[in-house]
Amino acid sequence: MIPLEHYLILSAALFSVGVFGVLTRRNAVNVLMSIELIFNSANINLVAFSRFIEGALGGQVFALLVIVVAACEAAVALAIVMSLYRITKQVNLDRAAELKG
Amino acid sequence: METIAAQVVFYGVGLLTLGSALYVVLGKNLVHSAFALVAAFFGVAVFYVFLGADFLAGAQVLIYVGGILTLLLFGVMLTNRIYDLNIRTGAVQVFPGAVAAGLLFAVLVWIIRAVDWGALDTGDPGPTSEAIGRLLVGDYLLPFEIASVLLLIALMGAAMLVRRRSGP
Repeated sequence: MIPLEHYLILSAALFSVGVFGVLTRRNAVNVLMSIELIFNSANINLVAFSRFIEGALGGQVFALLVIVVAACEAAVALAIVMSLYRITKQVNLDRAAELKG
Repeated sequence: METIAAQVVFYGVGLLTLGSALYVVLGKNLVHSAFALVAAFFGVAVFYVFLGADFLAGAQVLIYVGGILTLLLFGVMLTNRIYDLNIRTGAVQVFPGAVAAGLLFAVLVWIIRAVDWGALDTGDPGPTSEAIGRLLVGDYLLPFEIASVLLLIALMGAAMLVRRRSGP
């Protein structure tokens, strides 16, 4: 039986790796991948707590909703990246400094 | 004996997942990063299986690996020249980023170890699909409906954002 703390530490490590990716990568698609890692680490936490608390299946339902929101986020963010690429011909976030299309 | 095997699998998959995640954020080739992300998602699905969340593990594989990752690969391919096999990607401020992420990890681990979570072993919950289905159309009906409307709005918005505008 793996204790709850090990799941939490693993998810914290995954979260930190995702934050590192968001901080250092400049390619918009790569930043999106890092954000997906962060979503996954949060989901591990939700499911782990729902496992270690009696009769709390709500955590799993919540994780399912997080997956839905992650799908929405990926679709919209990639649409924005496409628009950015069409306008500026690159996806470097440091050079995408204006909001007007 | 069985628990030792389970622990070996758990920590092995944990290392594999973290390694894949590190490759996602450190790799120089964007396509390789996307495929490393597949391994990371599968690792998370394995953790769901360990936690007794069978339905979520299936959903993870179907939605993340089948859906979101395909979308991300389309993103990689459409925002770079496809004939360029070495799609390079740069990183900035690697050292400050590593320090910040390391500090964050240290603080999180400190909190996790300091708090008494009062976790109790509830045993293997068995199949969860039926219970989750009942919760989704029962206690969690409103979030379920909001999620479906959000999905519709997001997909319509995405389609609108990328359509080619006619005229100048």
